[in-house]
Order: sequence, then C-alpha cells, then structure tokens
Amino acid sequence: MSDLVIDDVSMRFDLPDGGSVQALKNVSLTLKQGEIMSVLGPSGCGKTTLLNILAGFLAPTEGKVVLGDKRVKGPGAERGMVFQQGALFEWMSVRENVGFGPAMKGMPKGEKREIVDHLLGVVGLAQFKEKAVYELSGGMQQRVALARCLANEPEVILMDEPLGALDALTREKMQGLVLKLWKETGKTVILITHSVEEALLLGERLLVMAPRPGRIHREYRLPFADAGVGQDLREVKKMPEFGQRREEILSMIWEMEEEIMGGAAQ
Amino acid sequence: MTALIIADLWGELVAVLSTLFFALPYIAGYIGIILLTLLIWTGIKKVLRPASDYTSLKTVTFGDESTVVSNSVASVVSVVLIFVLWASFTGSSLLPGFLHAPGPFVGTGTFTYTVTTPDGRSDDAEVTVLVYPRDDEAPAPEVPPGDGFAKNDSIAIAEYRSDLLRVDQNDEIGRDEEAVVTHIDGKEIAPGETVRVDFGTVALSGRGTPNIRPSAGLQMEPIWLPSPEAVWSRLTEIATTGYRNSTLVEHLGYSLFRVIVGFTLGAMVGIPLGYAMGLSDWFRGWFDPIVEFMRPVPPLALIPLVIIWAGIGEVGKIILLFLAALWIMAIGARSGVSGVKISKVHAAYSLGASKWQVLRHVIIPNSLPEIFTAARVAMGVCWGTVVAAELVAAEKGAGMMIMVASKFQSTDIVIMGIILIGIIGFGIDMLMRAAERFLVPWKGRG
Repeated sequence: MSDLVIDDVSMRFDLPDGGSVQALKNVSLTLKQGEIMSVLGPSGCGKTTLLNILAGFLAPTEGKVVLGDKRVKGPGAERGMVFQQGALFEWMSVRENVGFGPAMKGMPKGEKREIVDHLLGVVGLAQFKEKAVYELSGGMQQRVALARCLANEPEVILMDEPLGALDALTREKMQGLVLKLWKETGKTVILITHSVEEALLLGERLLVMAPRPGRIHREYRLPFADAGVGQDLREVKKMPEFGQRREEILSMIWEMEEEIMGGAAQ
Repeated sequence: MTALIIADLWGELVAVLSTLFFALPYIAGYIGIILLTLLIWTGIKKVLRPASDYTSLKTVTFGDESTVVSNSVASVVSVVLIFVLWASFTGSSLLPGFLHAPGPFVGTGTFTYTVTTPDGRSDDAEVTVLVYPRDDEAPAPEVPPGDGFAKNDSIAIAEYRSDLLRVDQNDEIGRDEEAVVTHIDGKEIAPGETVRVDFGTVALSGRGTPNIRPSAGLQMEPIWLPSPEAVWSRLTEIATTGYRNSTLVEHLGYSLFRVIVGFTLGAMVGIPLGYAMGLSDWFRGWFDPIVEFMRPVPPLALIPLVIIWAGIGEVGKIILLFLAALWIMAIGARSGVSGVKISKVHAAYSLGASKWQVLRHVIIPNSLPEIFTAARVAMGVCWGTVVAAELVAAEKGAGMMIMVASKFQSTDIVIMGIILIGIIGFGIDMLMRAAERFLVPWKGRG
C-alpha cells in the first residue's frame, strides 16, 4: 500500500530583510491510496507551498513526506502534477505532450502510442492528437494536461487549481471528468482550489487551512465525491447537506479573510 | 571655453533648423500629395466596391487598431511616386516629356547690351549665346559685327554652367576708354546687379563684365543625381564587366560571405554563452560585466582597433562581425532561458525528466523564439556593419564599391550600390522571418 504520509512538516522562508515567514507549521496528515482530497483556504495559508513540498520542488525545513516506503527528496514520476494552465509544451503536438513522460523513460514507440491513444480517448480528444496545443481551447488544454499526467502512471496526482481559469460550464464538465478518472484509475488525488463548491464536489476529504502560520484548520469527510461519480453534479449540489456544508465552510473562510484584512489594516 | 563650445553648438543648431525650415514647403507638398491620393482612392473605392466587407461596415474605425492594415495600393503609389519624382527631376527618357521638371536651357539665345561712353554717346550690340549639352561641345557661333562702335559678340557655354564675356573686347571704344555697359535688353544695370533675359540671367561683375548664366532649370545634374536608366545601364555594365577588378556578384558575394561567416561564428559562441548565463549564477556573474559593457559599444567603433590588430583582410572583417553578432545572440539566448515558465520546468521534472532532458526538451525549444528574434536583429546589424567596414577599408565588397565610386564622383554607382545593399538587407530579413514562421510556429502562443 502506497499511502502518502505528511509527517510534522514545517516550512519557513527567510526574507532578504532578515525576517522570516512561517508558511507551514506542524502539518501532519495521512492519505490512503485511492483517496481524493481537496484543499481550501484563504490566500497565504500555504496550500501551494504544501503541494510544492509534496511534489518535491521544495524541501521542508522540518518534518518529512513519505510515499509508500520512500521518503520524498525531489520531484519524481510517481507524483504527477497538473498545473493551472500554460504548463503544456507548445512546441509539441497534443500527442507528444501526452507521450512526454513515457518518452523520458525511453519507452518503446509502439507501447507509448498505445498509452497515448488510450488516454486521449479517455479525455475525449482522440481526433485532436496531431493538433498543436495552442490551437485548443482552455478546457481542452487542461484535458491534455490530465492525460499527460496519467500517461506516466503516477501513484499520486497533485492538482494546483487545475480548473481555475475555465468558464463555469467547461469547469463543471471537467469536474465530472476528474471524478470519473479518479474512480477508474484508483489514484490518490490532492486538489487545491479556491472554489468551495469544487472542494465539496471533488473532496472525499476536505482540508481547510488557516494562515499565519499555515496550518490545518479543519478536516471534513464528505459523501459528495462518491455520490457524484457518474452522476449529474447539479443533482449533488441540490442535496440539502451540500448547501449546509457550503454555507458553513464559506463563513469559516470569510472569517479568516476578515481577520487577515483587519490585521493588515492596523 | 565651455561658453565658446555652447555658442558653437548653438550656431550649428540654428543652421540645422534653418535648413529644415527651407525644406518645409517641400515636406508640405509631399504630404499634400499623400492626402490628395488618399482622397482620390477613397473616391475610386466608393465607386468600385460599395461598403460590405467587415472593416468598412464598422461604424467606429478611428482608434480601432485592427482596422489599420497596410494598404497595398498606397504602398504601390508611394514607390511609383519615388521613381516618378526621380525620373522627372533627372529628365529621364522613361517618362514622357511633359512630366519632366523644367530642364536646363539648351540652344541659342540672344540679348542686347548698351554701352555708354564718358562723353555721353551710347550704342547697342547683340550677344549670341550658344548653350550646348555637356557631352557635345560646340564652338562659339560666327556672328556679323554689326554697325556702331559696339560690335556683336558670341559665346558657347555648356549647360548648367555660366561664363563671363568681355563684350568690349571687340568694341571700338572699350573699358579702357571708360565705356561702361549700362543696359541689358534695354533694362538698366549697374555692377553687382542682375537682369533677366529670355534664356536665363545676366549679371554685371564688379568690373562691369556681363556674367551670362543660362537657366539651369529644376533638374538635377547627373553628377548629383543620375537618371534611373543611367543607374540601370551602369548596373548591367558592372554586372557583366565588373568594377575595380571584381564582378558585381563578387563584390556582393564577399559582403554576404563575411556576414554569414561572422554571424554563424557569433551565434555558435553567443548562444551557448547565453545558455550558460541563463542557467548558472557563476557564469552570469562572470560574463554580465563583459556583455553589459560590450553591448552598447557600436561595432563600428571597433573598426579602427580591428584594422590595427588584424589588418583589412577577411580575418579582421569576420572578427568584427563575430563581435557584432556575439553579444546580441548571447543576450537573446540568455533572456530566452530566463523566460521559461517555471511551471513548464516543474511539469517536466514531475513527469520524470532528468536535468539534461529538461534542457533538451523544455529550455532549448522554449528559448528558440527569442533566439530567432535576436538572430534577425544580429543579421541586420552585421549587414550594416560589414558595409561600414568596407567603406573604411576593403579590396572587395559592396561598401568598398560605393566608397571608391564616390571618390570618382560616379554617383550612378553609388546609387546603384545603395539600392542593392537595401534590397539584400531586406531580403535577409524576409528570409529570417520565413525561417521563423517555419521553425518556431509556436512563437507568442504559449
């Protein structure tokens, strides 16, 4: 079992003026294989820092991250990442983008082609595989990014606001796609978002983080992700419990934001 | 001392501004032509094609940048007008005569002068002036002496030239008897004054000698501006027989060869240097002062040093062009590397790429558009630099050709050379653009 264990992770950045910022303080968390977790929080709560530590782009000042039995020491193919937008390689076609990971591993061409064709079918871009990525719409580009990440067979998928730049309709379709892929592939997924609704819909577990220092404020276990698989997400949103949770979390984040603003005003 | 310099500079500034001031009517006339053709074209378009395309249906076009595209009709008219003006003011045979600007007077003209003696007697005589085309020298025509004490005179003058004529030389009572010229064509004249005659002007010198100045018209002498066909025939002549022991192709080929070799060497060193500066803080620190100092030094300022060190042969020229391209390419490659989005690099790493693979598959392709932009600039600078270097010292080359020609006042070769240099520079830029579209189609699409 490849569980993801975050063990007492703290992160402090030294500033040029001699001071320092505590971006994360004593964050501990265990994610079982195949769980999907969304992360919410006001700006400056260390969500992205946490994700960068998990991806291996940053080394924590204290504590450690362990995936399975291996300690995370740098970026690796077993932890794939989907970025907000603009992280595709525009000098490559759709097919080459999706096949990037396998190509880096030196996978034989036939095998690579099979994986790429299969994944482009899964994300619904089969007829676009020879296009240049800049010819695609924003939603299609994020499908390519998802397929590119999946092509590498990662154990954990880290998503940094992958749907943040999409319009509402495309976003809803993509949320359905994320749920479907999660259930079909059984990957562990961590998703950072600014949208409370998206966090509720896509989080089997939902982490609300608080700023100064960045820490876990509250954790929820929610039924909506399971209920949403293969369903119309609008039906899920109509559930009375969904509305209740949304209000609860929204006011929690509002309070935190007010506190930050008040602090800044003094 | 400083005050003196400032006074000098002020004088120069006044001279420049007054020159500009006298050019104002011509500039205004040119702008008038532009507006007139615009008006005509708008009228023609209304008749030919009623408004229906997307742009013409827009109610707001002024300030809408997307409606401003280069009008090809205007481009054609503008280029044709340049040639028409050129042909008109050089009396070119390519244009029908009525489009020519007034030319210099050629042919025979006459005027009369009146001599008055101290004792009050006066007499008229006629002067026949033959103005001949410059290549077709003619003797002064024979004229009958006429009656009275003032005798008729004749003179031959080349077009565009003027000449003094001692009209009293053959007169019975001349300057030595204190007879003076008082009238030209019946109009009174005193030394220092000028009188208009049929074919030009006649002035009286300080000592009372008529200075005959046939009208020069508005056309340019070939020595200042040869006609288009003269330039063309010079081009065909040099293309077949060559100039200064080298054919035209050889002159241009040598210039291009220097540019291509110099640029290629500059790119081969500059691009890796730029990558090193973009990827390593040690290399950046090491080369930053050198690059930042050398970049603003115009390559032309290096010409004297390069000649001292390497002479005027090919090596010196190629070193110069290498230096001209080197810094531009290094800075282009450096900014191409630093311009890579960190999310692309992160994505590649988390897809399992090694450092080498990130360089090969992400950083290098991502920097190509910037490198192409730098290459276009560098090629332009190299072309300009090679011509300038050849102006200073060379045995072959486009710049050498026009420099030597200018020393012999062969203006036709100078103009031909300038046009060829322009066409080649333009062609280089077009080629670079085409290569850019073909090789880096993703430019600006990330």
